[in-house]
Amino acid sequence: MRLERRTETPAWLSLLVPVAALAAAFAISAVLILISGASVPAAYGAMADGAFGSRFAITETLTRAAPLMLTGLAAAVAFRARLWNIGGEGQLYGGALAAVWIGTAPLGLPDALLLPAVILAGAIAGGLLLLGPAVLKTRFGVDEVVTTLLLNFIVLLFVSMMIEGPMKDPMAMGWPQSDTLPMAAELPRLIPRTRLHGGLILALVAAVLIYIMMTRTVLGFEMRAVGASPRAARFSGMSTGRVMLLVALISGGLAGLAGVSEVAGRTGYLTLDMSPGYGTGGVVVAMLAQLHPLGVILGALMVASIFVGADAMSRAVGVPTYIADVLVAVSLLCMLTAMLFARYRLRRG
Amino acid sequence: MDIIELLISAGLWATVLRIATPLIFGTLGELICERAGVLNLGIEGIMTLGAMVGWMTVYQGGDLWVGIAAAAVAGMLVGLLHGALTVPLGLSQHVTGLGITMLATSLSYFAYRLLLPQISTPPSVDPFAPLGDGWWSSLPWLGQVIGQQTAPTILALVLVLAVAWVLYRTPAGLAVRMVGENPAAADAQGISVTGVRMLAVMVGSAFMAVGGAFLTLSAFNAFFFNMIGGRGWICIALVVFASWRPGKALLGALLFAFFDALQTRLQQMTGGALPYQLFLMLPYVLSILALVVMSRRAAYPQALMVPFRKGER
Repeated sequence: MRLERRTETPAWLSLLVPVAALAAAFAISAVLILISGASVPAAYGAMADGAFGSRFAITETLTRAAPLMLTGLAAAVAFRARLWNIGGEGQLYGGALAAVWIGTAPLGLPDALLLPAVILAGAIAGGLLLLGPAVLKTRFGVDEVVTTLLLNFIVLLFVSMMIEGPMKDPMAMGWPQSDTLPMAAELPRLIPRTRLHGGLILALVAAVLIYIMMTRTVLGFEMRAVGASPRAARFSGMSTGRVMLLVALISGGLAGLAGVSEVAGRTGYLTLDMSPGYGTGGVVVAMLAQLHPLGVILGALMVASIFVGADAMSRAVGVPTYIADVLVAVSLLCMLTAMLFARYRLRRG
Repeated sequence: MDIIELLISAGLWATVLRIATPLIFGTLGELICERAGVLNLGIEGIMTLGAMVGWMTVYQGGDLWVGIAAAAVAGMLVGLLHGALTVPLGLSQHVTGLGITMLATSLSYFAYRLLLPQISTPPSVDPFAPLGDGWWSSLPWLGQVIGQQTAPTILALVLVLAVAWVLYRTPAGLAVRMVGENPAAADAQGISVTGVRMLAVMVGSAFMAVGGAFLTLSAFNAFFFNMIGGRGWICIALVVFASWRPGKALLGALLFAFFDALQTRLQQMTGGALPYQLFLMLPYVLSILALVVMSRRAAYPQALMVPFRKGER
């Protein structure tokens, strides 16, 4: 048995890939549900109900999807150019920290400019956090996977230091959390009496802009060229280093925006448990979307509904909530395998 | 306390060796995988799984060494999965490894919650006892350091020698290095690139899992969530620092553990004048610095992260 490259991948196959991968992931995870003694249809029923079953459920899923879209875009943009940005979590917290810092600083900005300043600060902070590893990669050949991973820990400790120190909210009863953003710095609610906020709009706009950039601009072309073959790109006169740094700024900036979306949209202040792993979640989203910016929207909705639905499932049938993480991880591995079989066919001999 | 006095105290070096042990296992494991040409970013998850499986085995009444063995087998199985996806199928080693980490971590938590649904304080087991007195006690200073270690630490040190010997002195080691450097040449020699890589990833993953089990069966005596806390990623940095050599891996792990041990003591000495987070950042900052310094002359295995498909270039 060996793998043989397909000359072209039929369109139906590309569309089938995510569906088949998710079906396989749900089938594999069903085994764990069986082991934990619950009925699979009841469990998945409760999950679907928890994610989409009511107006409240749908808004919760959309609220969860917003940061995942942004971290998913961050991963998709970087991976396209073969910059392995695994530091989404750190960039998210860096963006959130900068957003709160600008939002609560006594700058005397008029109210109308406060929210744009907060958004910009978060994006810049996230971008700069990835610029470091990108420079180390292009200048010194340091593998960015390890540096971005390690930076996650450094950023989280820095955030911890700030919210227990200079940025600590004295009104939080000793709880380590930052000052609260003023009303003018918050993203508007989209639907009253739900948690759905403007972060979703931010994410959707970002997805469309990234799509346009990737398909219609010179930079997008260069990014894809560098990702496809750095040697060929350099040979045709592109500055791969410059492209890498721009990709880093954009990717890190998107992950930083995910942090802005959370503090300015959902919580209003920064704590260390703000993200339940949106950074790595973004990697899964990007792979489910096959690195397509608009596909990221669907991928994020999928992952968000698994997480929101799993909480409901856990309450209803008593399966540990960690089933959501298992399901997401299995989906990632199934998706990778399915994508391979879209590009290769299995041949005997 | 005087700094010189601190540096020569047997107590400090006993701590250093204890902190270094899981790093030695993890770094050796990653080194074996990478020497065969496979980056294993599953390490953080494999260590978590090893910690959980080892602990759970002993908690259910197994012997401590059975716990270690169970962890090794669990690690090997996850290694088989990572190997299957990255070696014959040739999937991206970066993304697959992350997926493996997510899967192994979440499976560990899932299983832990399934077996112990309503427990707030993690139940403990009787961990490995320190070696105490023996023939080594007559050695000045060193006797004291050894006496405070547990058996798995000695195993880790023996494994450093064993891995170095196998890699540089046996045909199996030559095969591993060849498939990591030049798989096409290895293939021409009749070596099964796929077979060697699969085995290397499985053995390496078993080492990682044992490193995790050391945490639950020797360093602590219970399983906590997030207990690996980035040790796996540090092992990956240590492999680069070690230039893919077992002896230097031991040195790197010890050096790293030394700064880690020093960090807690410095924290006590400064008496809270600096935020404690600054000290906790040190290991990660040092890892990045080590990468920057070492990457300039890093001799990466030439075929690292390059999938090998017969007859395809």
